Amino acid sequence: MFSFCVDPSILPQWQWFACYLTSGTHLAFYWAFLVVLALILLAAPAALLFGFGGALAARSRVPPVRWLGVGYISMVRGIPDIIFFLFVPIAMDQGIEYLVHHVRCPDWTEPIRQGTDFIVCPQAKVPLNDAARWVHDAYAFVLAVVAFAIVFGAFAANTLYGAMSAVPRAQIETGEAYGMTPRQTFRRILLPQMWIYALPGLSNLWMILIKATPLLFLLGIRDVVFWARELGGAKTAQFYAYPHPDWRVWYFLALLVVYLLVTWASEKVFERIMTRLNTGQATAGGERLRRTKAAA
Amino acid sequence: MRTCWESLGEYGLRALGREFGAPLLPRGLEITFCDQVILIGSGMMWNVYFGVLAILGGFCFATLLAVARLSANPLFSRPAAGFIFVFRGSPLFIQFFLAYEAFILLPRAGIEINLLFTTITAETRWLTRAWAGALFVLFLNTSAYSAHIFHGALRAVPKGDLEAADAYGMTGWRRFRRIIWPTMLRLAWPSYTNEAIFLFHATTLVYFSGFPAWQQSGDALYYARYFADQTFNPFVAYPIVAAYFVGATLILIALFGAVNRRLNRHLPRENRPKLRYRPQLIR
Repeated sequence: MFSFCVDPSILPQWQWFACYLTSGTHLAFYWAFLVVLALILLAAPAALLFGFGGALAARSRVPPVRWLGVGYISMVRGIPDIIFFLFVPIAMDQGIEYLVHHVRCPDWTEPIRQGTDFIVCPQAKVPLNDAARWVHDAYAFVLAVVAFAIVFGAFAANTLYGAMSAVPRAQIETGEAYGMTPRQTFRRILLPQMWIYALPGLSNLWMILIKATPLLFLLGIRDVVFWARELGGAKTAQFYAYPHPDWRVWYFLALLVVYLLVTWASEKVFERIMTRLNTGQATAGGERLRRTKAAA
Repeated sequence: MRTCWESLGEYGLRALGREFGAPLLPRGLEITFCDQVILIGSGMMWNVYFGVLAILGGFCFATLLAVARLSANPLFSRPAAGFIFVFRGSPLFIQFFLAYEAFILLPRAGIEINLLFTTITAETRWLTRAWAGALFVLFLNTSAYSAHIFHGALRAVPKGDLEAADAYGMTGWRRFRRIIWPTMLRLAWPSYTNEAIFLFHATTLVYFSGFPAWQQSGDALYYARYFADQTFNPFVAYPIVAAYFVGATLILIALFGAVNRRLNRHLPRENRPKLRYRPQLIR
């Protein structure tokens, strides 16, 4: 990175650290933070979408659809989410390959499951065996996003379902009195008003999503935890330009501080949004805001 | 092929260690369905161990923390607030890694503690083992989350209750023991039930976060992943461990529900708060 980094072993302390912290592997470590950020930014809307679908299904008047929605919501209650993170990517991977296999190789006669093997024809491999390294990485990342979306979608569905039933019944009755159809009352009355009830749950969910991102490590993705273990391990002078003893504890301490900062900042932002949304609402929070303003 | 009965003999207690069953886990094609059910069930012992001890210990420490957090003296309230902030604001997964790496750095021979007349050597090596080290982290983590809940409940204790206690001339410990504490528990119990369930689910993280499994003795998810890797079939092992957890969660809810009924038995029936399980699993 810097011009003086040619021979690190003779550098003074601060220059050594400047070179060390900008080495190629460290840049990969910083890149991993962006991967985590990308995961959050992709998984959050996807989870909200899943959640919205789940909540609508749970409110449906058609029993099978309702059972599906309620089942989806209650599925994640009793089961630790880590199981989903381990299960969903591998199950999806096998499911996709199974389908592609049937489309691309209809005259393949051997069974797919042979003992402990899962064998599909070479054309059905996803991604194909000769695909570039980044394709494999991207595919693993997409599976991880889907796993996160499914788990957090169920949480979001629970929150949104509660928020939809929290909107006062009288509001919807007023809409009906104006001759609105159920679809119209949903879009014009329920949907705009439910967010204030959903926000505490959703902000909580956001915090949990942030704190769940280190689990990417379990999915075999080179995330921040992977690099912290990799970089922190003891390095000998024989093989490495920057030898150092076991520093993993410092790397994890740094990760801890980063996560603390992010959750702390999110909390502040959500407080702001809550104040804004509460203004003028017929809720306890809105009433308190009105009073403090009147008193001031 | 092993019969189910043989599996039970070989793997029923296998999670405790090599001495308590077959030395090696079943591999590849010789894995039967019974093996999976029994070995994963045997792993549940560790989940129950971590869950029960962390919740019991965490409950006591959380009460102390919540009282300290509410104290007017900044000498008590500041450290308590900091502790709660650190453990609630960071992922448990990272806490496990950090604790494990820190425990490794402790001197292997133990720490010499020099008392005035004698020296004692504190063994530190067992802290790098999951049964002690991970339990310690889980204990601290659940203490922080529970203390947050208890703190909120302490602040919500009705003023009238405190005034009534004053009118009876109760002070200090007696007032806390008889009035404040039971009311705090009553108010906090529904949220605390959720916290206990999250903690129980979080015990599955232990063997995926740095703490190594010695002699292939791990928790339920450790074995489920082992089987999924061995058979390359996730559709058997993971549903089994999921079923175990659903059952255990239902038992937990029943236990906490019984306590909830006892805490609220003086209230008219329709005023009693219901336990509502709201999931927020990972921390």
